[in-house]
Amino acid sequence: MKKYVCEPCGYIYDPTDGDPDGGIDPGTAFEDIPDDWVCPVCGVGKEEFSVLEE
Amino acid sequence: MKAKEIAPDIYWVGAIDSQIRNFHGYLTQKGTTYNAYLIIDEKITLIDTVKDTHTDEMMSRISDIIDPSKIDVIICNHVEPDHSGSMPAVLKHCPNATVVTGPTGEKGLNMHYNNNWNYHIVKSGDTYSIGKRSCQFVLTPMVHWPDNMVFYIPEEKILFSNDSFGQHYATPQRFDDEVVKDFALFEAKKYYANIVLPYSGQVKKELEAVSEFDISMICTSHGVIWRSYIPEIIELYKEWAHNVTQKKVVIAYDTMWKTTEKMARTIYEAFDEKGYDIKIMDLQVNHESDVMTEIIDAEYICVGSPTLNSEMMANVAKFLTYMRGLAPKDGRKAIAFGSYGWNAKSVPHIEQYFKDSNFDVVLSLNQQYRPTEEDLESIKAQTINVLS
Repeated sequence: MKKYVCEPCGYIYDPTDGDPDGGIDPGTAFEDIPDDWVCPVCGVGKEEFSVLEE
Repeated sequence: MKAKEIAPDIYWVGAIDSQIRNFHGYLTQKGTTYNAYLIIDEKITLIDTVKDTHTDEMMSRISDIIDPSKIDVIICNHVEPDHSGSMPAVLKHCPNATVVTGPTGEKGLNMHYNNNWNYHIVKSGDTYSIGKRSCQFVLTPMVHWPDNMVFYIPEEKILFSNDSFGQHYATPQRFDDEVVKDFALFEAKKYYANIVLPYSGQVKKELEAVSEFDISMICTSHGVIWRSYIPEIIELYKEWAHNVTQKKVVIAYDTMWKTTEKMARTIYEAFDEKGYDIKIMDLQVNHESDVMTEIIDAEYICVGSPTLNSEMMANVAKFLTYMRGLAPKDGRKAIAFGSYGWNAKSVPHIEQYFKDSNFDVVLSLNQQYRPTEEDLESIKAQTINVLS
């Protein structure tokens, strides 16, 4: 599963960790996150995220 | 205007904005300062600038020390216009200067000023030498914009913290120990509550990163420089970032014909009986930014409004909208209360804001028209009950 980076603030969504505070269980692929989820750091929507190139 | 030497060859060259009272909605009773710093080293380095309205004041202070065309490096810790606003003016004097900033800083500066400046992009852990001194950078995204960063100069033990640890506090004094200590700490608290609070998670990361540094001076971008009360301000930041609350309640309300006010006073009595520190704040006369300052360390938040044409009072809606944006992420315990004539709508509106703010609504109280003694006794008893 790929990591995604929030373009505005740099937060990295790691599917291994999920976002438990935002209701996303560890192990959830970014693609499977509901569309109303927002970046836990800066509050923008999923559309502002892009695949993290490592 | 005179520059102020704060360490050998390091000068404060900022501006004092004593008159400002509305800082994008934040009531700045004591005005503010925009702190820029100039370091005379092999590379003459300017650290941040000021709001464009105060460009002349800053340029005059810079010119007190050097010809501005000799500036080699401008470090931009934060793109917000109160710190970057004078960059175009400075760069007219020194068009070949290197602008040192983070990747989001470059993006933001380009979007603000459509420039072709010479950039040197840094990331966390990078060091940039300006001669005898070196700058160690830590990116601090979302404290409180994506571009925020801070840096440390080990040779001087100075942290240039930009907005972190700042205070909207206009004073001709530059250091914490030259002003009334409680004023500086209070304004730092108000600043945290109104600017930084929703980003406490990021503040924790910043505090961890800067704990590596041996700091003897924190040069902020607003207000006084910390040198004598560094342990105090760091400890307070830790408490605020970790949402440490006191046995304290904030009761904020508006009222039409005094019923909601009576409810507020009755809730006050209940908390008083239980030994709480109480801040009761009529939203007709208290600014929402002052209410936020009290919320930062309060265990309970109580908000009251009468119903007005199926809505809450506009003062309350204004406050709640402001509070929802700044709400501490761990939430708080909350009580919604209000009066009505025939259509009890204000309390559900308040409850919705609380839920959106991740607050736990422990009690809702509605009162039709005028409360009897029994009604007030019931309100008090119900409040005491949730506190027991």
